[in-house]
Amino acid sequence: MSATPLLEVKNLRVEFPTRHGTLLALDDISFDIAPGEILGVVGESGAGKSLTGASIIGLLDPPGRIAGGEIRLAGQRIDNLPYEAMRKIRGRQIGAIFQDPLTSLNPLYTIGRQLTETICTHLPVSEDEARTRAIKLLQETGIQAAEQRIDQYPHQFSGGMRQRVVIALALAAEPKLIVADEPTTALDVSIQAQIISLLKRLCKDHGAAVMLVTHDMGVIAETCDRVAVMYAGRIAEIGPVGDVINRPSHPYTVGLMGSIPVMDEDRERLAQIDGAMPRLNAIPRGCAFNPRCPKVFDRCKSERPNLLDAGVTRAACWLVDKR
Amino acid sequence: MSAPLVQVQDLAKVFDVSAPWLNRVIDRKPRQFVHAVDGVSFSIERGKTLALVGESGCGKSTVARLLVGLYGPTRGNVKFDGIDAMSLDPAQTRTLRRRMQMIFQDPYASLNPRWKVLDIVAEPIREHGLVTDDGQQRARVAELLGSVGLAAADAEKFPHQFSGGQRQRISIARALATQPEFLVCDEPTSALDVSVQAQVLNIMKDLQRQRGLTYLFISHNLAVVRHVSDQVGVMYLGRLVELADKADLFGRPRHPYTRMLLDAIPDIHMTGRARTPVQGEVPNPLSPPSGCAFHPRCPHANARCSSERPVLKTIGGIQIACHAVEEGRIN
Repeated sequence: MSATPLLEVKNLRVEFPTRHGTLLALDDISFDIAPGEILGVVGESGAGKSLTGASIIGLLDPPGRIAGGEIRLAGQRIDNLPYEAMRKIRGRQIGAIFQDPLTSLNPLYTIGRQLTETICTHLPVSEDEARTRAIKLLQETGIQAAEQRIDQYPHQFSGGMRQRVVIALALAAEPKLIVADEPTTALDVSIQAQIISLLKRLCKDHGAAVMLVTHDMGVIAETCDRVAVMYAGRIAEIGPVGDVINRPSHPYTVGLMGSIPVMDEDRERLAQIDGAMPRLNAIPRGCAFNPRCPKVFDRCKSERPNLLDAGVTRAACWLVDKR
Repeated sequence: MSAPLVQVQDLAKVFDVSAPWLNRVIDRKPRQFVHAVDGVSFSIERGKTLALVGESGCGKSTVARLLVGLYGPTRGNVKFDGIDAMSLDPAQTRTLRRRMQMIFQDPYASLNPRWKVLDIVAEPIREHGLVTDDGQQRARVAELLGSVGLAAADAEKFPHQFSGGQRQRISIARALATQPEFLVCDEPTSALDVSVQAQVLNIMKDLQRQRGLTYLFISHNLAVVRHVSDQVGVMYLGRLVELADKADLFGRPRHPYTRMLLDAIPDIHMTGRARTPVQGEVPNPLSPPSGCAFHPRCPHANARCSSERPVLKTIGGIQIACHAVEEGRIN
């Protein structure tokens, strides 16, 4: 891994002040992304994976706010920038892909206009050059007859095609980092595979690093270099994708992997983790996973584990410390 | 082998999606129809699970709704335990309904937010007049909640107090209230997280074993289907393209579309494996392709495929609708 990470997130805390007290949605999140690397962020709903993405692109919905820690992009702090400065970074240096391709495109503008607008905002090019570039991007994403389709509206595209347009849009200004939040969740399986391989190929060609947020472990396994498993607003385990999947250290990761029905083996029963992830206002003391953990012991109920070295991966679990 | 519990013969449903009359006259547009389900036949043995898989718009949910009577079929018939479900009078239909229940996809939309869990689960019991005494109803609801791993005290709560997985268990408890023999499950775990999905799938399997339930399981997730089913039917644009035992279908998929679907599944244990990306997208059901609906995306298509529609035939122990397999062009 290269010496300077592209993105550094250090001790990030995100809070939501509510009438009934402040909820801590992200608690002490730290990770790096190297240039060109694909980091997967996986977890169940409410684990905080999308919030992590939103914090990085500066689109945290109020009243959510960053209460501590820092986010650095290529060495520069971006978590405390004023709105206008962040707007310049977003699109130019960080591209974003969201779950629903229908809502991330403006239905009233042709896709050509949306693409050229993005290109002209961030790059010093003329309108004509921007259009040429837009057509080239659409061709790269596998849209046939791009010269004609560029003047069509989003509703004239199918779901998979729209997501291709959104990827073109995210790559339009050659950003160094793409934050992709559940890019394939709204798509059918056969289209999912197309979009994932496209995203992977284009980011490699353009040298962009990707933070891929998803709940689909299969997508992570196929796409990512490293993966961070999140639970109740914290990272439970982080490491190279093969090690996290095949040799997980954290009991939550073990349970998560066991609960996924897989194609290559027959299981009579799926491993199940009893209970559900705690709500933000009722996160237990100590390790947040302790009430559901099959290997819980005294220390887990009182002391909160930080990420510890567990061989190849790093896991927030006291079991690792005992060894 | 006993007679199958559910027999579906040439089931079809056509939806009229025409523009309003005045618009049709002004714009000179013809009426438009979607053949959501077009000649589907299958049967399910007692105590077994048939899964229907396919991508969005292939008609799998429509089949589910046709079976439980939420839609009336355009053509074809459904036999339940030897009784022709389509030719019954309303009173007999009601009796039949008691023996089949449905679990819906979205546990947030399928439970009335203003009702207590007690009323939700007791509704089918009251509706069919199975237990009229109030105390006995409560006892029955408590027993049902217990069978899906919830507490009796949960009956006094409202749906918003439960997580998605717990709500889906309430749906299952409600479906079990009339002691049905046949459950139609329309994507019961698609809205759930994987660890919760595992809990719900395990409960469903346990209940099947204990009560001898028969399931029609609708899903787009082949890994889940492989886990729960005995037989699998693959649908494409309203038609069954392959129907086989689980072991055959997953071990030796024959139809090019089935192969494509299996190829598209990300495999979590073979990291870095390159898979062949699938070509093309599902065509618009308003104007399906001629001949075999899959031919524009099929690597084995020839002239016959684009002109003549293949019918479901038994070839080598499985049912398949494909010219290429029938002619032995692919094996």
